[in-house]
Parts: sequence; C-alpha cells; structure tokens
Amino acid sequence: MAPDAKITVRNVSKTFRTGRGGVQALEGIDFQVGEGEFVALVGPSGCGKSTLLNMLAGFDRPDTGEALVDGRPVLAPSRKGVLITQRGSVFPWMNVQRNLGFGVNGMPEAEQESLTRHYIELVGLQGFEQAFPHELSGGMLQRVEVARALMAKPDVLYMDEPFAALDALTRLRMREELIRILERERHTCILVTHDVEEALHLADRILVISTRPGRIQRTVEVDVPHPRRLSSIRLVALREMVLSELGVTQGEDRTARPAVAGTGVQKLTAGWASDN
Amino acid sequence: MKPLRYLPALGIIAVIIALWWVTALGSLIFPTPLAVVKAIAELAREGTLLQHVYASLYRVTIGYLGALALAIPLGSLMGWFPRWFGAVNPVVQILRPISPIAWIPLAILWFGVGDASPTFLIFLATFFPVVVATASGVHLVEQQYVRAARNFGVNGFKLYQRVIFPAALPNIITGMRVGLGVAWLVVVAAEMVAINSGLGYLIIDARNAGSRYDLVVAGMVIIGIIGFGLDAVMRRLESLEEVRWRYGT
Ligand SMILES: Nc1ncnc2c1ncn2[C@@H]1O[C@H](COP(=O)(O)OP(=O)(O)OP(=O)(O)O)[C@@H](O)[C@H]1O
Ligand SMILES: [Mg+2]
Repeated sequence: MAPDAKITVRNVSKTFRTGRGGVQALEGIDFQVGEGEFVALVGPSGCGKSTLLNMLAGFDRPDTGEALVDGRPVLAPSRKGVLITQRGSVFPWMNVQRNLGFGVNGMPEAEQESLTRHYIELVGLQGFEQAFPHELSGGMLQRVEVARALMAKPDVLYMDEPFAALDALTRLRMREELIRILERERHTCILVTHDVEEALHLADRILVISTRPGRIQRTVEVDVPHPRRLSSIRLVALREMVLSELGVTQGEDRTARPAVAGTGVQKLTAGWASDN
Repeated sequence: MKPLRYLPALGIIAVIIALWWVTALGSLIFPTPLAVVKAIAELAREGTLLQHVYASLYRVTIGYLGALALAIPLGSLMGWFPRWFGAVNPVVQILRPISPIAWIPLAILWFGVGDASPTFLIFLATFFPVVVATASGVHLVEQQYVRAARNFGVNGFKLYQRVIFPAALPNIITGMRVGLGVAWLVVVAAEMVAINSGLGYLIIDARNAGSRYDLVVAGMVIIGIIGFGLDAVMRRLESLEEVRWRYGT
C-alpha cells in the first residue's frame, strides 16, 4: 500500500475498563485507506467497529499503536473527519437550513446560503429548508445528516451504520443517493455496516473484522465498476466470500435472488448478528 | 382554534358563578358577582386598580428577571460540571423547601417595607424552580448533539450557546413557567404585610378599612385573571418551534 495513505491504522488495540473488569474491543488492527477510497468495515456486533471510527474521528484514543490521518494522530474531533452515526444528531431545535449551516459557521452569509442551496438540492430536500426535524421522515433526517456533514467539506466521512434504522427500501434508495453524491463529490469514506450487500454496493474494499477482540480477518477488494448490479456473478461470488468469512452458512437456494436487494440479506445477517 | 373549544370551560365558569350567586343572595356580607363587577368598575374609575396591578406586576417583573438572570447560568454550571452540582446542590435542596412566605419577617428586617422586600421574595420563589429545571435540562442534553457539535469544531462557550442551551431550553421554559406561577402567588402574600400598594394590599386594606368584601373578592378575581394571562404567555413560549420537539406535539 502507498506510504502516503490518507488514513493509516497501525497495531491499534483498545481495552475498556469497566466496573466488572476490562473488555478488549480491538487487538492489533492494521490497515490503510487511500485518498478518495471507500472502505467498508463489517463484522459481528461488539467487535469494535464503532470504537475504531470513534478513534479515527478523534473522540477516543488507542491504547497501543496509532491511528493517523494525513500522517498525524487525531487528537480531537474536527471538521476534517465528520462522523455520522445511526442514532442521528440533527439538531431538533433548528430547521433544516440552519442545521446545514451549523458546520460552516463563520462563512460569509451569501456564500453559506448558496452552499446550503447546493446541498439541499444534492440530497433532494428542496421545499423542506424551513421544516423542523420532527416534521421529517427517518430517511429525510439521514439526508440532512449527510448533507450537513458534506457541507463542512470534511477530508474523510465516517459512517457508522448510517442507514440501519431505515426500512429496506429507503435504505436501498439512500445507498443509490450516496453513490450519486460521491460521484459528484468524491470523499474518502469509511463505512461500518451490518449489511453485506450495502458494503458490496458501495465500497472499493471490505474489511472483515473478527469477533471480539476485533482483528482484521480478511480484506476483500470489490473490483467491480459502478453502477453495480448485485446479481452480477462477480458480486454474488464476493458476497458468498464475505458471508462465509463471517461464518454464515448458506442455504441451498442461494441462487434464487430476492426481488429487492437488502431484504434477503437481512434474513441472512440476522443469523450472525443475533448476539446484538 | 375554534371558538367551540372554549365552550366547556366557559360552561364550568358559568356554573360556578351561578352557584356563587345563589349562595351570596342569602348573605349580608358575602358579595354577589354583580357587586364584585361593580367594585371592579369602581376601582377602575378611581384609577386605583391600575395602580395596584402595576405595583404588583412591577415587583414580579424585577424579582423574576433577577432570578432568571442568576438561576439559568448557575443551573447550567450545575448541570454541566459535576463539581458545581456537588458543591451547590445541597444548599439548593435545603433552601428550596422553605416557603417564600416564611422569609417575610426576614425580608422586612433586611429590606424594610418598600418594594425591595416583595421583590426579594419573588426572587427566592422563582430562583429555585428555575435552577433545578435548568440543571436537570443541561444534565440530560443528549451526548450525540454535543459530539456532533464538537465534530464541527464548536467548543467552549459557543457550544453552550448553540447546542447545550437550546437543547435544555424546553426544560428551562417549564421551570420558568412553574416559577412565574409561584411568583404570582407570593407577591400577593407578600403585599398583605407592611406594604401599601399592590393587589395583596388592596385585599387586606379593603377588609381592614370597612369590611368591603366586594373589594376583597374583586381583588381575588383580578389576581386570578392576571395569573391566567401570565400562564398563557408562558404557554406561548412552549409552543415555539425551537422547543416543541421536546414536548411531543
Ligand atoms: N465506553 C465504553 N465502555 C466500556 N465498554 C465499551 C465502551 N464502548 C465500547 N465498549 C465495548 O467494546 C466492545 C466494542 O464496542 P463497539 O461499540 O466498538 O462495537 P461494534 O463493533 O460497533 O458493535 P455493533 O456492531 O453492535 O455496533 C463492546 O464489547 C462494548 O461493550
Ligand atoms: Mg457500533
């Protein structure tokens, strides 16, 4: 891998001390992410994926090893690496427009306004500029979340199960939107997901992480150009590979693909994520 | 809002007035509603009504705003910094259950019989509910908002201004509403002692100087109506878009 990688994670371990002793979340994690690359992390629940993103975004520190962005350790959260989580953090006391503006405070007003308009359009929320979050659907809220993050022009976008709370159909739409947005504005992305198809659909590379303490068990290059058809032979094969790494045993009728991608995988992943 | 919505409330008020009227007919001292309306008209003509209302509202305004100015910053510090909470909360919890009425003798001792005593009592009455509500509101601010703000490089006082305060505002407003209600209760009680203006004084004076029970009840009715008006103002605050998310409407 290139020595001038955007993100370098070297020998990172992390143990949480609790009242009942320690929990080792991560052990000796090593990987690199290049500028503009999209990497997905998949692995069983509790294997330390969120912990890893928290460290890269500057919310936490590794016990051993180093997590470097642009060759420097991340000492505090900043606009350079914005983290989007499943719980969502769109401010409920601000309308959509002001939420988007939050990340670019201090910018001249006219500039901020045109930028807001651009991102509102990019995520398809025209007409909802003045709406308050409690008036939006879950999918719309996630768009606000994504737009607000992109508007701050981060070098890296960290997404921790950003669409997990959405229904299968909305999740699929959000994926397509994300691909469309990233085609127009390339970012370095790290995505944590439980949904193998989501990872295959979006990522250039998938890192499969083992059960706790999390280690990188396998790296899968998704060498398929966009637009991707999840039913293509190559992606089906990659999917089998990732699922078998995750220890999911496949049924006989695996050639029978569900009409809506994502609904099938939900059932499959339910097996290995049941310790949720 | 449809006028029909008010019909049940108006009906209940009408029933109470009717019962009152029937009771009062047999009494020489207890005034009828009509006598009370006349008494209010008399006070209004003389100009004393406005004077008393003004005196009471003035004390409430000063005491209430003074309490907010101190209670919101202090409550915020307590809610955000566990050390502040540990240091200040015991004092707050010891002083809070003491009724402001119990402070009247000390207030007169310290501040005399002018505006200062009732204003001080209003301050006390309002301070505690607002401190407690602010501290708990700030304490309960969801971490994901704070983390998102930090992620966008917002820290320090800006973080308070743009995230913590607005996130806690619904709780603070609830505390303010409770506080204003208590303030209005207390001002009347405070004015009944050693003060010569205000609605509380009006009531005590009407009884002492000639047993004018029509004026006593007139004072009560006006207190009630103004209290209702103050609460309506606070409810307006609760319906602002910026805080409605918390009340689940
Ligand atoms: N602040 C904390 N204190 C104590 N233990 C923690 C803390 N954060 C995480 N852990 C523990 O570290 C392990 C990894 O947690 P983490 O949230 O990173 O998992 P994850 O891979 O994101 O799981 P999921 O897929 O369910 O989100 C878990 O066992 C969790 O209990
Ligand atoms: Mg997680």
